[in-house]
Amino acid sequence: MVSILQTAFELGLISSLTVLALFLSYSMLNVCDLSTDGCFTLGAAVGAVVALAGHPFLSLPAAMGAGVLSGFVTAILQTKMGIDSLLAGIIVNTGLYSINIWVMGGASLLNMNKTATVFTAMKDLLRDTTFSGYYKTIVALLAVFVIVVFLGCFLRTRLGLAIRATGNNPDMVRSSSINPAFTTIVGLCISNSFTALSGCLLAQSQKSVNIDIGSGMVTIALASLLIGRAFAGKGGIIKRAVGAVIGAIVFRIVYAAALRFHMPAFMLKLVSSVIVIAAIAGPYLKSRYPELHRRLTHKYGKREE
Amino acid sequence: MLSIRHISKTFNPGTLNAKTAIQDLSLEVADRDFISIVGSNGAGKSSLFNAIAGSFFTDSGSIHLDGEDITLQPEYIRARKIGRLFQDPLLGTAPGMTIEENLALAAGRGGWFSHITKEDRNLFRERLALLNMGLEDRMQQPVGLLSGGQRQALTLMMATFNPPALLLLDEHTAALDPATAEKVLELTKNIVETNGLTCLMITHNMQSALDLGNRTLMMNQGGIIYDVKGEERQHLQVSDLLILFREAAGKNLDNDRMLLSE
Repeated sequence: MVSILQTAFELGLISSLTVLALFLSYSMLNVCDLSTDGCFTLGAAVGAVVALAGHPFLSLPAAMGAGVLSGFVTAILQTKMGIDSLLAGIIVNTGLYSINIWVMGGASLLNMNKTATVFTAMKDLLRDTTFSGYYKTIVALLAVFVIVVFLGCFLRTRLGLAIRATGNNPDMVRSSSINPAFTTIVGLCISNSFTALSGCLLAQSQKSVNIDIGSGMVTIALASLLIGRAFAGKGGIIKRAVGAVIGAIVFRIVYAAALRFHMPAFMLKLVSSVIVIAAIAGPYLKSRYPELHRRLTHKYGKREE
Repeated sequence: MLSIRHISKTFNPGTLNAKTAIQDLSLEVADRDFISIVGSNGAGKSSLFNAIAGSFFTDSGSIHLDGEDITLQPEYIRARKIGRLFQDPLLGTAPGMTIEENLALAAGRGGWFSHITKEDRNLFRERLALLNMGLEDRMQQPVGLLSGGQRQALTLMMATFNPPALLLLDEHTAALDPATAEKVLELTKNIVETNGLTCLMITHNMQSALDLGNRTLMMNQGGIIYDVKGEERQHLQVSDLLILFREAAGKNLDNDRMLLSE
């Protein structure tokens, strides 16, 4: 039972990096980045290939760099080429499928069973200490900590403020002499580097990568983000970022619990879809309720006395 | 200062919906001019502002500001020299961010990676106090919580935080209640005077068109049809302005709201 919880916790931490990516693109920039799935796989593939080549530590920046490139293309399409932001994400996502297979050398599956990764490095480091069983958790915690601290600082800089304002009111950004196209590009480059890092870490922790590793990630991450919003509410940046991480962990723990109660594993994606629908449609329907109530209680043809 | 020469702009050219917004318009604005602009709906007042601010490029002609040719400069670059307020108080601020963060963006102090310093905060507090709305004690609150009048006053402050070479006011008090409108207009006058700004103001209120500033323009069908300043303007009454307007605009005026705001 404890090990199930621990695994869920690790998975939550690793996927929370993707949730933080969406926190930046979806909550801050107001762009729903549908290239997330492909970018996640890209990070996993690039990270795996570099690790297999014998560079476990280089695999992280390499994956993030690939993510930056992918985000750059998505951003250029929507800011400079007149392609709608949703469509831009879908197009990049489709293109990435071919690129990912190309990165993996034409295979759709890579194995890292005997490969040195950041996880094995941490395992060696912690050998014979009390924490030796927690090496995966520690790597994931470190990554999440670094990214949260980075976001907390970055979103308070002038550039960070400009990125937040771009999602809030692009006209205001323009009148502050800042080009909203520039802030969108920077924001998407950063968010996609988080997504790719997330994919890289997941692949290395499960010691394999297949071409479908990222499928559905955008919905799962959105579900986690919206769960996190319910926890953290509308506080400061750090509080909301931590909320996103908690959301990711809660999502994985609930999912693990559901598996214990014999929910088949293939239900994961349906569950994430339902959570996203409930989290977005719920408040909308709630706000419509008075009108619905009025319609139902109005008596047609009768004049009020 | 601002020199506009023979600019024209037609939307949807070559189609049935072609609409000439500005037609061969020329205007010379002197340093420290405060010009009020009146005209019926669709006369081209806002289009003129859009052309100056760079919301669109003109089809022909040239625009120079402070000797620099800005005809084809992107909007966000012109914004360094041009401050602008709209009728809608929601347009000028980011509602989800705090007053302090909005101000930090408008102030644009420091590099891309600079944070808001204590010194910045003191400066913001000082400037906010000038508005007399108690906003200096609410700097950590999101702007979305402010009333329309407060947001417009804040926008005015943000647009003039670094005194711009040119301030464009597009009916910026029209959406406010009379008392608040009065207050924002008073603030505008103070800020323009203290900073010695050059300012263009669109208004539908004939009285304030004549009360404020040193020059009044009347626009119709994408051109300037009347331009008055100095002695002649001092003797001008609202009723004179309306007569002039009727003459120029002919029956266009019949159902215009301008008649109502005498």
